[in-house]
Amino acid sequence: MSAWSTFIASPWGAALAIAAMALITFLCRISGVLLMSRLRITPRIERGLRALPGSIILATILPTALDSGWPALTALGAAVAVMATTRIDVLGLAAGLGTLAVIRALL
Amino acid sequence: MTLMSSSPRPFFSLAGLRHGARAALPAFPGFILFAMAFGTAAAQKGLTLLQAMGVSAFVYAGASQMVGLEVWQRAWTPTTILTLVTVTAVVNSRMILLGATLQPWLRYEPVPRSALNLFLITEASWLIGTRYHSEGGRDVGVLLGAGLILWLVWQIATVVGFFTGALVPEPKRFGLDLVMPIFFSVMLVPLWKGPRPALPWLVAGLVSYVTYSLVPGYGYIVAGALAGVVAGMLIE
Repeated sequence: MSAWSTFIASPWGAALAIAAMALITFLCRISGVLLMSRLRITPRIERGLRALPGSIILATILPTALDSGWPALTALGAAVAVMATTRIDVLGLAAGLGTLAVIRALL
Repeated sequence: MTLMSSSPRPFFSLAGLRHGARAALPAFPGFILFAMAFGTAAAQKGLTLLQAMGVSAFVYAGASQMVGLEVWQRAWTPTTILTLVTVTAVVNSRMILLGATLQPWLRYEPVPRSALNLFLITEASWLIGTRYHSEGGRDVGVLLGAGLILWLVWQIATVVGFFTGALVPEPKRFGLDLVMPIFFSVMLVPLWKGPRPALPWLVAGLVSYVTYSLVPGYGYIVAGALAGVVAGMLIE
């Protein structure tokens, strides 16, 4: 075995693994900003970018929500309704969690 | 009306840091639960406390930390490290999109502070920052404040989870397995500017769900979000 693979197989390998994981994650975090600062923003691209935040949110939650069935969808609906009327995020969160807990307790 | 032309130039203030830290409160439950779950899983997988804390401190990305545990080794080889890096990159590639939406806001920031700010970016702090930005706020301190406090919460909860794994109550009973989706949907409300601008969101959700049903893994988020961007570009 070469010195390198001996080193990786030693307990130092875990530190190296964490460092490698951290580095690739940091690259993911900065590359969006780097990419956009080199791109000329046309009106069309700006329209697309404006749609991005809401798109990320829906793309993240919809599969989980649909998979979890109607109790989850009802809870999300309650959270959105309370947030839309009160504009207080903690209340919206509590309404969603509370609704889900009540439905599951009754089922 | 476009956000970019009518709004003041971005700036940074300590008051913003405090504001951001306070605004991050609704993300605490999800962060505490997820990081505790990671701490517990890491202990079960045989990681030392220092290793678990190292992952939480330097990687600081929940889903990839969990997936990383699945390929974790007691003795590493170049191949297994490459596998770890690859799955991490796949799971975290969605962060490229978060950064893309932040670029106009961070444009005038000094590079070291932007590097720190981006190192601390998670969906939760991004959501808090995006809400603040869409309501007209331009203080970059808010984003950093949310990032710093959530990072701290993440570290503490990792350690607690590492030691108290068996004591964590069954999350499903209190609806806590859906705490992050509920938080996300709450944060969607302030972004609502009428049904027409939300049409791309619908496209994103549908494409995401179809991808999720057909392709295993985490690619569905990026696929859905990009479909939303394309829809946004096509809809006048």
